Amino acid sequence: MQFDSISAFLAMGGYGFYVWLSYGVSILVLALLVLSSLSNHKKTKQHIAQRQKREIKLRQAAELQKAQASADTRL
Amino acid sequence: MMWKWLHPYANPKTSYHFAGKILPWCTRLAVIFLTIGVTWALLFAPADYQQGDTFRIFYLHVPAAMLSMGIYLGMAIAALSSLVWQLKLADASAAAMAPIGAAFTFIALVTGAAWGKPMWGTWWIWDARLTSELILLFLYLGVIALHNAFEDKSLAGKAAGILALVGVINLPIIKYSVEWWNTLHQGATVSKLGQPSMSADMFWPFLVCFIGFACFVTALICLRFRTEVLNRNSMRPWVRELVANEGKTHAV
Repeated sequence: MQFDSISAFLAMGGYGFYVWLSYGVSILVLALLVLSSLSNHKKTKQHIAQRQKREIKLRQAAELQKAQASADTRL
Repeated sequence: MMWKWLHPYANPKTSYHFAGKILPWCTRLAVIFLTIGVTWALLFAPADYQQGDTFRIFYLHVPAAMLSMGIYLGMAIAALSSLVWQLKLADASAAAMAPIGAAFTFIALVTGAAWGKPMWGTWWIWDARLTSELILLFLYLGVIALHNAFEDKSLAGKAAGILALVGVINLPIIKYSVEWWNTLHQGATVSKLGQPSMSADMFWPFLVCFIGFACFVTALICLRFRTEVLNRNSMRPWVRELVANEGKTHAV
């Protein structure tokens, strides 16, 4: 252990601001990168799922219309 | 021979699942190595006799800078194989790597500035090493912008790939800038083959941090690669099946 106390650790031999700035910015940037990557992945899947649902609905509507049309011609 | 072995990995479905298998292991290794490495760097590594405790920035700055260049090289190799052999997956991996590389370049620049201020008396100086690293950041941003600029992903991949390949010229400039030009930036500390010019009690925490960051980068590339593969294959049956199945398990 290089430091005797917590305050000595935070002071970093007088360079505390620079050391903690470096570590803080690095952690912040990497955390943002991880979070955006995870949310991108989730959003992509949701997007694909939504489009699939829409396609199924459209197909059902088309079939319904077709069935109605053929029923109308029979009348 | 190699092509036969590589063939299954040119299949998007196989590589999607392969990346999914590596991802948790790289994440675990990254957490372990980074926890040990950062604790070691902050608490147990000795202060430098000239630079004092600012030397603890080294354990972030140097791995970030090395990875910013390494990721660029990987991205350029992927871009080349996409342009030459029309591998769609190579495009996806290049697109996955660009934002990660940009983040590490940014970290290298910020930690460098925060180290330069107390040691050189200035946050920034327009010398060869710093300027070429800044150009690397702009190259990454250009590649990201081009990947997002076209609706047609293979066209976007081509445009971004050409920029990535042209930008490779910047890598040797960054690497040798400290030898070719007079600069405030100190010379290579770690990569002197045979005799690293740093003591063992500084080298080992550095190595642990570096391995941790490398595993972290690999995990992130896997994650972003999977997203890119899904995006590019969203109409394929296997993707539709996968998404539908996951929707069911989430609903239950």
